[in-house]
Amino acid sequence: MTEAAVCPVPHENRVHPLGAPAGFAEAISDGPVKMLWPNGVEAWVISSYAGVRKVLSDPRFSANKDGQPEMRTEGEQVLGLPEPGNMNVMDGDAHLRLRRPLARAFMVKRLNEMRPRIQEIVDEHLDAMERAGAPADLVSSVCLPVPSLVIAELLGVPPEHQALFQATAREMFGKNGSRAEYEAKAEELDGVLLKVVQEKKASGTTDDLIGLMVNDTDFQMDELLFLAIGLLAAGHETTSNFFGLFTLTLFEKPDQLAILKRDPGRADVIVEELMRYTVGRLGGAGLARRAVEDVEVDGVTIKAGEWVAVTFQANLDESLCPHAGELDLERRAVSHLGFGYGPHQCLGANLARAELQILLRTLFTRFPDVRPAVPVAEMDFREDMITYGAATIPVVW
Amino acid sequence: MTVRIDQAKCIGSGQCVLAAPDVFDQSDDDGLGLVLISEPPAELLPGVRDAVDRCPAQVVTLEE
Ligand code: HEM
Ligand code: SF4
Repeated sequence: MTEAAVCPVPHENRVHPLGAPAGFAEAISDGPVKMLWPNGVEAWVISSYAGVRKVLSDPRFSANKDGQPEMRTEGEQVLGLPEPGNMNVMDGDAHLRLRRPLARAFMVKRLNEMRPRIQEIVDEHLDAMERAGAPADLVSSVCLPVPSLVIAELLGVPPEHQALFQATAREMFGKNGSRAEYEAKAEELDGVLLKVVQEKKASGTTDDLIGLMVNDTDFQMDELLFLAIGLLAAGHETTSNFFGLFTLTLFEKPDQLAILKRDPGRADVIVEELMRYTVGRLGGAGLARRAVEDVEVDGVTIKAGEWVAVTFQANLDESLCPHAGELDLERRAVSHLGFGYGPHQCLGANLARAELQILLRTLFTRFPDVRPAVPVAEMDFREDMITYGAATIPVVW
Repeated sequence: MTVRIDQAKCIGSGQCVLAAPDVFDQSDDDGLGLVLISEPPAELLPGVRDAVDRCPAQVVTLEE
């Protein structure tokens, strides 16, 4: 049998800014297919709901991401290297050792206690937006600063360093980011964090996440600093983008927005459906894993050593829920893949949920007439980031 | 009908608590999942099945 040529992974030219890269859906329509990434690495793309859950939870797939398929065309890998503290690339007990001690800080009841404070931060930013008057940029006035401040408080880092960890996150998640520039930013942030660590040591606190890591875990200093930087970056970049993407999705579907406005008390269920649909519709190739032995997924054998990448388009799989291709805010919450699945499922998911629920509910209750100042299709999107989102969202009300 | 959590691989994600708050909790000591009602009444079973489905570590079981 002759091997067919491996097609390049479609990753550019979204036909719609909230839709998949051109040609992606067609390329995966016949099941698992091997594709070539811009950095020259090949991987199988898995797109069924059951297949994605298998890849993300079966221990025969390792989370070690050294040399992974990447969208970069130049430079060296920045994210996913085997550094001390990088739980995201560890398997088994090594992963649990770093992840478990942090679970307390993200417990459902702990985050419920944080809700009034998150509400306060959201209110302050919406007050400021109202005072400044329309038109406003939703990204710089709300989407970015709110999750930034929340994660800083959760970690116990003074808020004045916001700009620095926003800049570090941009280096970390840039598609063609440079290792040297990321390291320079991380070093600057290490300086700030080292001072914070000394203070937590002196006070003995375990009330915030850095205090907890310093005073109640066996983490080494290099692990602790890596984790703190990772949490600061992951904690605002993603939530910020998704709040923007959710808002844009609702702007485009007034009948669905009406459901949220009619029943803001259901914001919890509504956020789950927005996450399922938005992530699914953006599609494209996502998280990577590497087979440590031969594994069968969706009828193909992934051989030991081969890479696999899942696509969140699996969130639109009819086996997950009926009319899965539609946004339906009246649907009950289903087990979507927006936060991943398996042992690496998003550590911050419950925090992100609380923030997104409060943000959505408050924005549309306080500004029932808020609407885009320019058509969504004409807005500027950050194609240069792994964490995709709108660069600005001009709104009026 | 018995509900169990195998804590050895639990990551303390709290998905079980979100799915069935009357049946599950998280331990104040380590955030790991706890079963509050191991023989839940019929009206709580849909939530428990949802927890079995949502648990990212696949450690919640319902023995029918
Ligand atoms: C809407 C917001 C968010 C989305 C869509 C999101 C998505 C994800 C996904 C898909 C993963 C799985 C990665 C993998 O399997 O390799 C993940 C992991 C992770 N996320 Fe999030 N995330 C969000 C918010 C947050 C927040 C607020 C934090 C921190 C406070 C956070 C911290 C993490 C960490 C530490 C991991 C690695 C967990 C591990 O490897 O065990 N995320 N996230
Ligand atoms: S959902 Fe599963 S992993 Fe998460 S706390 Fe409950 S039992 Fe543990």
